[in-house]
Amino acid sequence: MKLNGAQILVDCLKSEGVKHIFGYPGGAVLHIYDALDACTTMDHILVRHEQGAVHAADGYARTSGKCGVALVTSGPGLTNAVTGIATAFTDSIPMVVISGQVPSPVIGSDAFQEVDAVGITRSCVKHNFLVKNANDLAQTIKKAFYIATTGRPGPVLIDVTKDATIAEIDYEGYPETVSMRSYQPEVQVDANQVTKAIEIIASARQPIIYSGGGCVIGNASEALTTLTRHTGFPITQTLMGLGAYPATDKQSVGMLGMHGTYESNMAMHDSDCVIAVGARFDDRITGNLEKFCPDAKIIHIDIDPSSVGKVVGVDVSVIGQVNDVLRALIKGLENKELPNIDAWWQQINQWRDVDSLAYKTKSGVIKPQTAVEALYEVTQGDAIVTSDVGQHQMWAAQYYPFDQPRRWINSGGLGTMGFGLPAAMGAKLAEPELDVACITGDGSIQMMLQELSTMLQYHTPVKIINLNNGYLGMVRQWQEFFYDKRYSMSYMDALPDFVKLAESYGHIGIRVEKEEDLKPALIEAFKQKDRTVFIDVITDPTENVFPMIPSGAGHHEMLLAGRDEMASTNDSGLNLV
Amino acid sequence: MRHIISVQLENESGALSRVSGLFSARGFNIESLTVATTNDPTMSRMTIVSIGDDNIIEQIVKQLNKLIDVVKVTDLTATEHIERELLLVKISLKDDSQAEIDGILDGFDAKIIDASEEAYTIELAGKSQKINDFIEVFDADKILEVSRTGVTGVCQKI
Repeated sequence: MKLNGAQILVDCLKSEGVKHIFGYPGGAVLHIYDALDACTTMDHILVRHEQGAVHAADGYARTSGKCGVALVTSGPGLTNAVTGIATAFTDSIPMVVISGQVPSPVIGSDAFQEVDAVGITRSCVKHNFLVKNANDLAQTIKKAFYIATTGRPGPVLIDVTKDATIAEIDYEGYPETVSMRSYQPEVQVDANQVTKAIEIIASARQPIIYSGGGCVIGNASEALTTLTRHTGFPITQTLMGLGAYPATDKQSVGMLGMHGTYESNMAMHDSDCVIAVGARFDDRITGNLEKFCPDAKIIHIDIDPSSVGKVVGVDVSVIGQVNDVLRALIKGLENKELPNIDAWWQQINQWRDVDSLAYKTKSGVIKPQTAVEALYEVTQGDAIVTSDVGQHQMWAAQYYPFDQPRRWINSGGLGTMGFGLPAAMGAKLAEPELDVACITGDGSIQMMLQELSTMLQYHTPVKIINLNNGYLGMVRQWQEFFYDKRYSMSYMDALPDFVKLAESYGHIGIRVEKEEDLKPALIEAFKQKDRTVFIDVITDPTENVFPMIPSGAGHHEMLLAGRDEMASTNDSGLNLV
Repeated sequence: MRHIISVQLENESGALSRVSGLFSARGFNIESLTVATTNDPTMSRMTIVSIGDDNIIEQIVKQLNKLIDVVKVTDLTATEHIERELLLVKISLKDDSQAEIDGILDGFDAKIIDASEEAYTIELAGKSQKINDFIEVFDADKILEVSRTGVTGVCQKI
């Protein structure tokens, strides 16, 4: 069958089972868009900015577990997409991004809208390809999806020259198989390592399971829950891992790290056996490495060998799909006598009694925590929640307990402001039956506002909860604590009227200024099943995120709201920012 | 500690920059890097000399293995191995008797591959230390130009 490269590309995506493509046309991809026009089985979502396309594909992938797909043109199309690609890379999200490139004969001549896409993205993709020949397209696309979705997932970029999309060749169909001598993602779990891990677990007195994003991405929620229940161990989850184990279960001690709960961080510090599952010892988790888990034997379960020993030394590592490793552990522990950890639970419950997430309400102002709690109540904890980056992100993670995986969608690794809104759009397309809420702030929301327009065009009704405090709150908080209250450039004057703004985009806008109006507004918003509703919640501008491990401190040196004055950090602490 | 890491990778455009980019992005050090195709024209072999403690070298090996184009990574210094480096150096003949230089060359088993009235161009292959020693024999002002290939190496076992 004679087809041009663009038609082949579209057929490949169809054959790969792609249903949604997020993109933006331009000169270098016009042939691809022409071929897409004839395609009836895939929906193309025309975003308003390429960064939005990639975040939307990312939100779609995180929610559905499928590979996200974005399509952008050469030059600025690609450079706009880079932030989105890096966001997906840092959080190991499966994604294929197709970018147009100038015709191959003019590559390197500084042609119009030419950038070295492969060079620019090299350090923020799992892999990338430049395709200059239509004959290479099908095989490359097959490889790209294979690489993006296997092993430790990640974004793969395919840069396609315009001439490769125009050339007509004989097309023999999308390849059924792919094999690469240099890429073998299947890993056999090493039984010896499992045995060693079990020995440590069996002799533990103060164990804790520390689970991360790998349990969500690796669909290991069920195995993680089985192991946790079987052992009776406490479990703490990272920002990226929330939902893999039900947060409302009594064995869950909450999130750990910089803004984690007191009980989880204290338990990490005092533990003699830390079982890290699909987590990577990020600096926001560990705090000061010299004070990290001083008495613990560490078991590290991960698909990526390079994660092991990168930040902290571990006693036993088990490499493999977290699901496979957890199953092996469960099997190995079946007939093993488990340690009695009653005393450990007693200690943990004492820390729990501190109630580190307690906060003081103040009459006349809405506390942002209250707004998140109200959202939890109104959605009965069952919504997909996306967030942007900053204080609101932490409050969302702290006050909206997730009981299921893939319900909490946020940019944890890269911390990309602007992620939440397009990600919510992607999430809604992946799960149209579920309520989707985007918890954001007045800073973050303005980084991707234009996607409100896309959301109208494609009928992706989400509820935006804007915790509006007029500040770049997390920056303001750090300046208050560590820079003698010099609020340099963290105040946002001249904010738009978000209600009118939402209305001008064709959505519903509601402003909430009193606490008693909060729940009725949310109930009203979620009643509007087919509409996007922007709820602008005016919150206490002075509120800070607590508890907190200041930079440079250890897990046991948490500062609690109302109990501790925020001590100034030292220089080495500030360096860790 | 100095390590020689041998990397077999797909002979594809951009493969070299993936490796060099990895080293600069993660702050790993490169003392030298050589690369050429092998008897299999679809495969290149790269030999990297790097200095770092065990943790860093472990990370370098793991991160290299993670690159999609990389087929195999071997830390040659962890096994019996052979390493060689090639030096081309121009030595001025001014003020020195040729006989004196010839004597030095014999001692190192170095070869003159080009000679003029003013200078010799000398070729020497050997371990890096031998090449360092050779260069140090000459006064700095006698050395007109130095070009070293960097280390290449193989495992001794078959």
